[in-house]
Parts: sequence; C-alpha cells; structure tokens
Amino acid sequence: MDRFVWTSGLLEINETLVIQQRGVRIYDGEEKIKFDAGTLLLSTHRLIWRDQKNHECCMAIPLSHIVFIEEQAAGIGKSAKIVVHLHPAHPTKEPGPFQSSKNSYIKLSFKEHGQIEFYRRLSEEMTQRRWENIPVSQSIQTNRGPQPGRVRAVGIVGIERKLEEKRKETDKNISEAKEMVELSKSIANKIKEKQGDITEDETIRFKSYLLSMGIANPVTRETYGSGTQYHMQLAKQLAGILQVPLEERGGIMSLTEVYCLVNRARGMELLSPEDLVNACKMLEALKLPLRLRVFDSGVMVIELQSHKEEEMVASALETVSEKGSLTSEEFAKLVGMSVLLAKERLLLAEKMGHLCRDDSVEGLRFYPNLFMTQS
Amino acid sequence: MMSKQLDMFKTNLEEFASKHKQEIRKNPEFRVQFQDMCATIGVDPLASGKGFWSEMLGVGDFYYELGVQIIEVCLALKHRNGGLITLEELHQQVLKGRGKFAQDVSQDDLIRAIKKLKALGTGFGIIPVGGTYLIQSVPAELNMDHTVVLQLAEKNGYVTVSEIKASLKWETERARQVLEHLLKEGLAWLDLQAPGEAHYWLPALFTDLYSQEITAEEAREALP
Repeated sequence: MDRFVWTSGLLEINETLVIQQRGVRIYDGEEKIKFDAGTLLLSTHRLIWRDQKNHECCMAIPLSHIVFIEEQAAGIGKSAKIVVHLHPAHPTKEPGPFQSSKNSYIKLSFKEHGQIEFYRRLSEEMTQRRWENIPVSQSIQTNRGPQPGRVRAVGIVGIERKLEEKRKETDKNISEAKEMVELSKSIANKIKEKQGDITEDETIRFKSYLLSMGIANPVTRETYGSGTQYHMQLAKQLAGILQVPLEERGGIMSLTEVYCLVNRARGMELLSPEDLVNACKMLEALKLPLRLRVFDSGVMVIELQSHKEEEMVASALETVSEKGSLTSEEFAKLVGMSVLLAKERLLLAEKMGHLCRDDSVEGLRFYPNLFMTQS
Repeated sequence: MMSKQLDMFKTNLEEFASKHKQEIRKNPEFRVQFQDMCATIGVDPLASGKGFWSEMLGVGDFYYELGVQIIEVCLALKHRNGGLITLEELHQQVLKGRGKFAQDVSQDDLIRAIKKLKALGTGFGIIPVGGTYLIQSVPAELNMDHTVVLQLAEKNGYVTVSEIKASLKWETERARQVLEHLLKEGLAWLDLQAPGEAHYWLPALFTDLYSQEITAEEAREALP
C-alpha cells in the first residue's frame, strides 16, 4: 500500500479514462484497511481510487509500477478480486496514504461486480502500455521497471550476481540502441521537414529512407499509392514467382498463403507482411498479370488477371445444385480449395443471388436460390 | 548535407549491428526491450524487411519467419479448435516445429509477430482472457459480448447459460445468441449430456490437447 500517492483525481491532458467501477475495496496484501468503498478508475496512465463517502480522499498508482495482475474468483460471501503485484516504491515518490508496507501487492475487491470487464481492460492497458507513448506532466511517474537496489524476494548470491551483470550488459546495449534509434528518428524528421522543396523523384527516394528507418509513410504526394521503388521492384518479382503457383491453385490464393509461400522460398531476407501488402497494392497500377482483391469479409487474395471469380461462381452453383446443398468445408473438399477461399466463393455466389444460406448451429449451408431460378 | 548525415548514421548503424546481431537473435529479453524502446520513440523496426533494423540486425527475419510458423500451426489445428487457440498451446506447437537447435522464442515474440500478421487481412486477433491470451486466426466476427463469454469460459474450459446470467447479469436470450454464434463459428461444442444443463465447451481451452502432435495429414492440409 505504500505505492499509492495522493492525487486530485483529475486526469492530465492526454490521459484518457478507460473504465471505472463503483463499490471497490482495497486490501493491503491480505489485510483489510479503511478504504472499503470507493470508485476505481483506470486511465491510460494510472489506477485511481476515490472514496465514495469522502471525495477528497483520492489516490493513484502509475500503471508502469504494475508487475502483473491476477484474478481471484468470487466465492460464497466473497466478491471477485483482482490482485495487483507492484514494483517497489520509488524513493522520491510523492506522499500517499501509507509510508511503508510489508506487502508488494494489493487486492481490489469488487463488491458491486464489474471485475471481469475491469480486468479485461486493465490487461489490455498493460499490454498496450500507452503511457509510454503518450507524455503527460511530471507528476505522473512513468519510470519503467525495477529501481536500482531493489530488494529481491529470493537470493542465491552467485547466480544473482551473474543475472545482475547480464542485466547491466543488456541495459548498456539497450541505451546504445536507443541512441541509434533516436538519431534515426531525428534524421527522419529532418527529411519530413524538407518535404516542400523537393521533386517527385526525391520524394520517392526519401520515402524509402523513412521506410527503411522504420517510420510509417507520411508523404502525401504519391504516384503509386503508398509504394516505393522497392515495392515496385517487389511487385514485379512477385508477378514472376506467383504465376505458376496461382495456375496450380485455380487462379486464386489468399495473401496468407502467398506470404508463407514466398518467405519459405526466400529462406532469408524475408518480406514483412506490410512489404507484401504494399507491393501487391501496386500490381494493378503496374499492369502486371496479377491483382490484389479484398473481399467484403476483409480477406485479401491475389488473383490472376485472367481469373474471373464471378465465372467461377457459375460453376460453384452447378456443384452445389448437383449435391443439393453444401457447407464451405464440403465444397472445399470437392473442388480442392482451401476452406477460406471456398467460403468466399460461396458468399460471392450468395451476394450475386445464385445461392441462399441456411445458418443454423450445425453450420452454414448453401442451397441454390430457387427464387431466382424458378420464377 | 543530408546525405552526409545519413552516411554517418549508416556507418554507426553497421558498427552497432555487427556488435549486437547475435544478442538480438539469442536474447528474448533484449528483443522485448529493443522493441519497447523503438515504440516509445515512434519507430517500427519490423515495418519493412528492407529496413535498416530488419536487414542489419536480422530482427526482421526472426519475426517474419515466426509469422510463417504461426500461420502454419493455426491452419493445421483449425479443424480442431475452430480457429481459436491459447497463446500457451501456440507457443508449445511453434517451439516443437522449430526443433532443438532453433533460437529461443518467447510469448512476447509471438504476440509481436501476430500483430504484424494483421496486415495480411487474415483475421488474426489477440483476445485477453484470464491471465493469458486467445489467438484468433480466422476472420470470424467476435464482438465484446463474445469476448467476455470466452473469458468466462477460460476457467473451466466450458460455460453454461446459468453461469453467464449469474456472472454477467444478462438476459437468457442474449446469452443464448452469443453461444449460438460461437457454435456456428466452430469455436464451441455443445454437450447436452453434461450434468445439470448444457455445457458449451471451447476446444481452444482444452488443456489436455496441448501436448498433442500435429499429424502429418494436418500439416499437409494446412497449406495445399
């Protein structure tokens, strides 16, 4: 309990409220303390507790101080709880309700329920760690990780020393890396600033620099969408590599399949998913014999230009009619396609009015649309 | 002027890379710190395989290859679990596939690789449940209601309508609709012979399936 600091409870600029819950009691480790009825608020940066009876009594912990969290199910006469394990308090921490505590964890008891949703949101914030990217005022400490000289729970001195050395070495490497990354960012920013004075060619070249430094494409003037020289070349390469595999698979492949196929073949200097997507987006503009297509469901595929999915629908209708009705899995097996693409074809056929669906707990089954054919 | 700075930077980077390439590949902790640090500064080292970071440090290849392995495991097991798998099981299966001499892969590594895979429009999703995550690998519509029920089911591997009504305070109809959707998507199985009322099991959460091998046939079906 000595990690909490007193606060006004007002959110800082750039600090956003995520969720709040009434009826929460705090425990110091396993002990009940006087803070038995309050509203618990989760923001992008802190966990805040405010007494329901006395609103002046308000305290907070920065999310960066949380090591991990656990759930404790409700029992007979007991509310569900979240256990929050914490890093030791910073030596220069602002004052709070307790000067010291023998416990390194607190429990939050949800007397008016709400524990499940709160836990889910807290887990998400712990994963996303938005407080690291969104600066707020100094009063919210965002120091990460354990402080020097922290007390360890177990000790075997020799092993500890080795681990400590390794940690120091890693920290040194990280600070070197940090310098490099910060330098790359400042260079990228300088390039962005020069945007106004440069030509089309230079724009493309600078976009490449930015991309290669890991900064997402910010440039507005574009000839070929979000692509760069690299992606143009890649698009042409892909057209060469994918021609035969596409023909072998009926003219269509999901982008996932393409990603695996291409990267397995390369062995090294692999493509990132974004590289692949950006290159594929340029296929049509570059008049290559393949194209990228996005279905309503969000599934992305590469098709041969010569492939006409709408015509395949006609043959799909024949297949379904022969069998009376088919699920995606059955159709996939019959035709020799992946289930993912089989489903997309049947959905397209339905969209075009050729098939009807029967959606039950036994699955999604497609029938020929007799309203169309038997009018 | 600009190109001089870039050249200097490139030289520094090459030096840095040759020093730390091994560590990046071998040390999951270093990878986590490196990624977090880049994120703070607003740089994504995995954005492109052609980038300084991915090429020089080899960070890219590590994650992009992991992406391929993740896709293959998910496809191979999809018919068993409907396209939903715990991070633990995914981790175990990926490690098995990598073999004895492969580099150590952490759960954090998997999560980062999966986040990248979202760009492929595959329907990859990461759902927090209990103290872990469920990885979704098919484009099934899962809204907050579905997610909350999955989280409820995480404790026992199954859930019932009564449990949902008691814990979440929902009407019967709302609970039934969510469960029906999970059944339709193949994410849940209906057990009418359970004691009391019907149990809705989530194969993704069956702990005793963890150690089961992916069969040769499943591996073949994964990528035709």
